[in-house]
Parts: sequence; structure tokens; C-alpha cells
Amino acid sequence: MSILILAEHNNLEVKSSTLNTISAASKVGSEIDILVIGSDIENIAKEIANYQHVSKVISLDDKNFEHAIAEKIDPVIVSIADKYSHIFAPATTFGKNVMPRVAVKLDVAQISDVINIESEDTFIRPIYAGNALATVKSNDDKKVITVRPTSFDVVAKDGGSGIVEFINFESSETFTEFLDREESKSDRPELSTARIVVSGGRGLQSAENFKLINNIADKLNAAIGASRAAVDAGYVSNDYQVGQTGKVVVPDLYIAVGISGAIQHLAGMKESKIIVAINKDEEAPIFNIADYGLCADLFEALPKLSSELDKLNSIEK
Amino acid sequence: MKILVTVKRVIDYNVQVRVKADNSGVEKENVKMSMNPPDENAVEEALRIKEAGKADEIIILSIGEEKCQETIRTALAMGADRGILIKATDDVEPLSVSKLISKIVETEKPGLILMGKQAIDDDSNQTAQMTSALLNWPQATFASKIDIEENTAIVTREIDEGLERVKVKMPFIASCDLRLNEPRYASLPNIMKAKKKPIDIKSAEELGVDIKPRIENIKISEPPTRQKGVMVADVAELVQKLKYEAKVI
Ligand SMILES: Cc1cc2nc3c(=O)[nH]c(=O)nc-3n(C[C@H](O)[C@H](O)[C@H](O)COP(=O)(O)OP(=O)(O)OC[C@H]3O[C@@H](n4cnc5c(N)ncnc54)[C@H](O)[C@@H]3O)c2cc1C
Ligand SMILES: Nc1ncnc2c1ncn2[C@@H]1O[C@H](COP(=O)(O)O)[C@@H](O)[C@H]1O
Repeated sequence: MSILILAEHNNLEVKSSTLNTISAASKVGSEIDILVIGSDIENIAKEIANYQHVSKVISLDDKNFEHAIAEKIDPVIVSIADKYSHIFAPATTFGKNVMPRVAVKLDVAQISDVINIESEDTFIRPIYAGNALATVKSNDDKKVITVRPTSFDVVAKDGGSGIVEFINFESSETFTEFLDREESKSDRPELSTARIVVSGGRGLQSAENFKLINNIADKLNAAIGASRAAVDAGYVSNDYQVGQTGKVVVPDLYIAVGISGAIQHLAGMKESKIIVAINKDEEAPIFNIADYGLCADLFEALPKLSSELDKLNSIEK
Repeated sequence: MKILVTVKRVIDYNVQVRVKADNSGVEKENVKMSMNPPDENAVEEALRIKEAGKADEIIILSIGEEKCQETIRTALAMGADRGILIKATDDVEPLSVSKLISKIVETEKPGLILMGKQAIDDDSNQTAQMTSALLNWPQATFASKIDIEENTAIVTREIDEGLERVKVKMPFIASCDLRLNEPRYASLPNIMKAKKKPIDIKSAEELGVDIKPRIENIKISEPPTRQKGVMVADVAELVQKLKYEAKVI
């Protein structure tokens, strides 16, 4: 079993999804190489070489690979795929963009969004927005897999002693050009890895009102999430969306405010350890999966919650 | 320019999907089937591009059982011109679907392919990327805005970090997000008209594509269910529970 993992990073920092993916791959075998593609990534390559389970880092450090354009990345993977039985990447928009290209070029069926590894060829993945779990066995000689990061622990960032190997790659012409990115900047914890998430839905009614959510999140040092309806209505940007077609989160505490609990939303949060729902409709399906339900008008409940949290904080101080 | 749009027939998104007792799959008998939601956005986008005078024909392609003709008809009723059905079972893997689409592209020579970003039954999110790699056409996945210019297009993509804009050369493939547009409803006269629009029926063998599955379903099981918790009387009680019972704040 020799394994290749495509690392996710932004040329400055390694994304935690990479650490989850290493942990998933370590359930298949112990020969793990990490491919890092980017520009000015010397520090990233060195950092990853120290991670637990890493045997080798293969670094392609080239200005031409600064922006993660899938059409440029897949040929690099395919060029070294011979040596590996398994190729892994995180099931993030980055990994989802690249890996099916690798799979089809190797003529194998990709296994998407794996949440559990039974053996080297058998995996569990959610289907139908998580309403069913499929145990699937791949009959291809190579396995191309994306893993759901939140379903696996992170590996330790030290304890490894991998070597770093540098490679060059001559890209053929691609017809896709990166223009720009609009990233939401915030000082809050990252949504997909936060310990606490406070999410707002259509019940918030406006972008202005959504600040009530921000306020609670500040007091709990939480990340902010949203339902698709709240994003569609423009209360917050798309990267806040939790669900089947958004992000999957598994925090210790998920607080859903003014969210009805459609299955597509539940697909992204129902594995959370503790779920709180605040909704004025006692029939809202979100209450069926909540550990603590509060049937109340959010415009009254959130200011109260804010002051209760203040009280708690002042007792602790 | 011709636009090729792929549409998959799936269990309607409002249906509560149930796992079969023998763990062989999910219940599909007497269950409402519909067009995969982001495929509706793909059809709508094609119609808008045609209405803007940038395309002259919209071809709808579906792969699956005979009944996929209903899904194709839905797209024709929205305004697409003609359909192609490739008859197969209802569980052809993305790998094979992408090969079949590529075959159709060889003969139809579209200038643009619009697909959904994800089928809501298998949640694979693979087919557009695979088709792009097979054809060596640029890919613009998770598209929430498509602006077609002369020989290029500027596409806004929804990514985990926010939004990204790419410029792609025609012909290209886009996989559509639900936020790309608001799909229209078919009007009654258009539903009538759609009945006369042609649907060409083909098979995988005739196209020379091996669609044998590579992945074996060992079992389909029910996910663990969550116990319903308790209702609290007020905010103060909620905070107490979170602090001293659940110990999460
Ligand atoms: C293919 C597909 C994919 C999808 N993917 C996703 C996804 O990834 N994520 C996602 O979230 N959705 C997704 N959806 C949409 C999903 O089906 C629901 O439409 C959406 O989750 C509803 O959002 P909501 O709960 O905020 O809004 P609503 O369903 O409108 O619920 C609003 C809730 O707020 C409550 N409320 C209103 N006012 C107050 C008040 N003053 N105080 C307290 N409560 C109040 C109401 O009682 C209601 O329960 C998808 C849909 C499709 C078809
Ligand atoms: N059997 C099929 N027939 C037509 N289109 C399909 C089929 N399977 C997948 N697609 C297209 O590929 C997209 C992504 O599907 P998937 O990769 O399975 O998540 C869908 O939204 C459809 O547009």
C-alpha cells in the first residue's frame, strides 16, 4: 500500500483539511507521500514533512502553480500516479475540483466524500444528503478518494521525519485563467473546524438583523454559519452555508437560530455533538434533532442570550 | 452555437428517502422523481444564453431508464429544442456518464456544456470535472455567474473561501450551483409544444462505451438516528444546561 495525498494550502498556510486527510489515509497504510503544489511553498513543504505519518513530501514550487487551477494540477498527479495504490484529497471545493480529473485519466471510478474506511478497498460514504450510508467496494486497481475532513481527526503536526523532494513540471497550455478571489476575512474561528458554530436562517429576515448572530458568536468565540435560504437572501456570503451543497461542520456546539431544519441543512450539521435550536414554530423539524430546543421569538431570545452570556463571563472573571 | 445540457432524473428533493429493509438500496417504488435541482439551473442558463442571441440550439441529454424521457420533456417544456436519451440502468457511475457525454459531444459538437454541480442522489460531484478532463476543455465548476463574451467566458465560482473568478476559453464546461439563476416554470402552451419536440434514443453499446460499474454496493444502511432532546423553558435555563449539563460553554 503506498499512498499519495494532495495537500490543500493557500501558499501561506496548510489547511487543516490536509491533516484530516493524512489521518484518514493512515487507516489504509503507512507509506504516505504528500504532494504539495504551489508557489513560494518552501515553508509549507518543510512543515508537512514533520507531520505524523508522513514519509515524503513532493514539492512542486513554481509561480505557474500559484492559483489552484484544476487543469494544471491533475497532470502532475497523473505523472506520478504509477507508484501509488491510493490517491487521497480532502472533499473540499479544492479537492472536488481536481480529483475526478485524476480518476477519469486513470480510468478509475472516484469514491467521493468518504466518512469511514473499512479496509483498503471498502469505504463508507453518505448518499441522499446523508439519509443513507453506502458501504462501497472499489474494484479498480487504483483508488482515487476524497475524504470528508470533519469525519477524521487531525494528525499531530510533529513527530514525523519525512524528506522533501523537489520536482519540476512542464505544464501544457491550459485555457483557464485565474482572475481574482473574494475571500471573506474575519477574526473568528474557521467555520469547518470551529468548536462552536452559531447559524442563522431565513428567520433573521435581513443582513442587518443577522448581526444578532454575530454578537452571540463573538461572546462564544464561535464561527458563524447560515442556511442556504439566508445566503440566497443575501444576509451573508456563500462561504457561510452549511449543508448538502455547502459545508459540513461537526462542532461541540451548534446553535441553529431561525432555521427550519430541511434535510439539506441537516446534512451539514447533524453530526454536531450538541445541537441547540431556537425557533418560534414548535413544529419546526429542527427540534427533532436538537438536544436543547427553545421555542421562542429569536428577536427576544437572542438579546437575552447575549446578556446571560455576559453574566456567565463576569462570574468567571 | 449549440449548448448541451445534462439532466439527471432523481428522487425529488422533498421526499424523505427511506433505506430498504434488505439494505440493497433506497426505496424508489411509488416515489416522486424530478429533475436534479442544479440541472434545472443549467437548463435555465442555457435558455438565457440563447435568448441573449448567443446560442441557437439547446440539446438536453439524459442517461438512464426509459422514464428519463419525462425529465427531458420537462427541460423541453422550459424551452429547450430537442433531447437525447441514452438508455441504461438508473445507476450509471459518473465515470461512465462522462464517457457517454464525450461521445455525444463528438457528433453534436456543442460550444458549451452546462451540467449540475452535484446529483442529489449519489452526491458524487464528479461528472462535470471528468467530462472536462476527457474532452480537454476548460472547466468552471460550482458556477454562480456566467458571462459569455466573444470566444471566452468569465465565470464566478463558489468555493469554500468565498468566490473566485476565472476566464475560460470556449468551448468549456460549467457545473452550475443553485444560485446561478431562478429556473422558470413551463407554461401550459410550452408543455404542449414540448410533446412534439424530438427525443433521439441511443444506447451505450451503440456508442461503444463500457458502462460496467467499478464500484460494488456492499450495503446501503440507515444512518444512526439522533435522540430528540428536551425543550427548555427560557434562555436562562438553556444557558444553565449548556454550562453545567452539556459543559460546552
Ligand atoms: C438541491 C438542494 C440543495 C440544498 N442545499 C442546502 C444546503 O446546503 N444548506 C441549506 O441550509 N439548505 C439547502 N437547501 C435548501 C433547503 O431545502 C431549505 O430551503 C433551507 O435550508 C431553508 O432555510 P431556512 O431554514 O433558513 O428557511 P425556512 O425554511 O424558511 O425556515 C425559517 C425558520 O425560521 C423560523 N422563524 C421565522 N421567524 C422567526 C423568529 N422571529 N423567531 C424564531 N424563529 C423564526 C421559522 O419558524 C422557520 O422554521 C437545498 C435545497 C436543494 C433543493
Ligand atoms: N445519468 C445522468 N444523466 C444525465 N446527466 C447526469 C447523469 N449523471 C450525472 N449527470 C450530470 O452530472 C451532474 C453531476 O452529477 P454527479 O457527478 O453524479 O454529482 C448532474 O447534475 C448532471 O448534470
